[in-house]
Amino acid sequence: MRATAGATWDQTRLEITRNALSIGIAVATYGVSFGALGTTTGLSVLQTCALSILMFTGGSQFALVSTIASGGSGVSAATAAILLGTRNTAYSMRMTPILKASGFKKLLASHWTIDESTAMGLAQDETTFDGKASRFAFWSTGLSVFVLWNTSTLIGAFAANSIGDPKALGLDAAISAGLFALVYPQIKNRGQLIVALGGALVALSLASFVMPGLPIIASSIVAFIAGYIFTNRPGGEKL
Amino acid sequence: MSALWITILGASLGCYVLKLLGVVIPKSFLEKPLVFEITHLLPIALLSAIVAIQTLGDGQGLLLDARLPALGASLIALRLKAPFIAVVLTAAIVAALLRYFGLAA
Repeated sequence: MRATAGATWDQTRLEITRNALSIGIAVATYGVSFGALGTTTGLSVLQTCALSILMFTGGSQFALVSTIASGGSGVSAATAAILLGTRNTAYSMRMTPILKASGFKKLLASHWTIDESTAMGLAQDETTFDGKASRFAFWSTGLSVFVLWNTSTLIGAFAANSIGDPKALGLDAAISAGLFALVYPQIKNRGQLIVALGGALVALSLASFVMPGLPIIASSIVAFIAGYIFTNRPGGEKL
Repeated sequence: MSALWITILGASLGCYVLKLLGVVIPKSFLEKPLVFEITHLLPIALLSAIVAIQTLGDGQGLLLDARLPALGASLIALRLKAPFIAVVLTAAIVAALLRYFGLAA
């Protein structure tokens, strides 16, 4: 969510902090589901938590555990997780020039480059406070999600059997809406809207035919084609 | 070390290397017009695909249930410039109510 225009740095920082915490709380609801899925699949509590700490990219973690749950081999589980992780390469390519991190911070920034932190960083105007708003949004969301994702995984892993049905609480819809709220402010012109709708359409049309995870990776083709067309058309990206 | 641990640690290392790969790519490459355009569009395409699958996906297939009307409600909240937590709660409440009253799966 974009911070309000014309606000002071203190107001902007407060607004970003609040949004970062909200995202962390929303993510924690499916961190609990992840933890529960891990231990009910046969992973130990330590193995489930190791995934959240070391892999720290929810889509890949769910892909790995659900492949094992459906009887897949370790190699196919790892392949699914790594394929889904390729989008983080695109995210870190996008965030690196904004973050301008070095040394240990660069290594930590890589680890924390995920859907939520990237989307929050990009939802800010990159020029606001010389990029400080984007950087603060990335780091605060990364920290909030890292702490709450790992805490909630631990809780879910221990309490697998005593948690009610997450669907009855609408938690699955909450995750959709949370990610939707993150991509929404990034769509500022007709070209970007076409890419968003195109990406969704490619993923949905493949969903019934290929293994889970692949439709999302395949949607990247829309960005490559659109990027090529927009670059080679006189007048730039604005349609 | 068990096979499961090898899978977990190997896949985690793979995922980290992928994240790091985006950082070490030189700036001059990222500033080429085509690369610049594509790296700006990739997060939009990928996140939109994730939203679509999270809303309509069901294992290997699609399912129309309470999630789609809930996403519609969150779009209204977004257009009304509601804060993030309100957007998320709107969707959760709409889906929970639709299911509670048996109006959607």
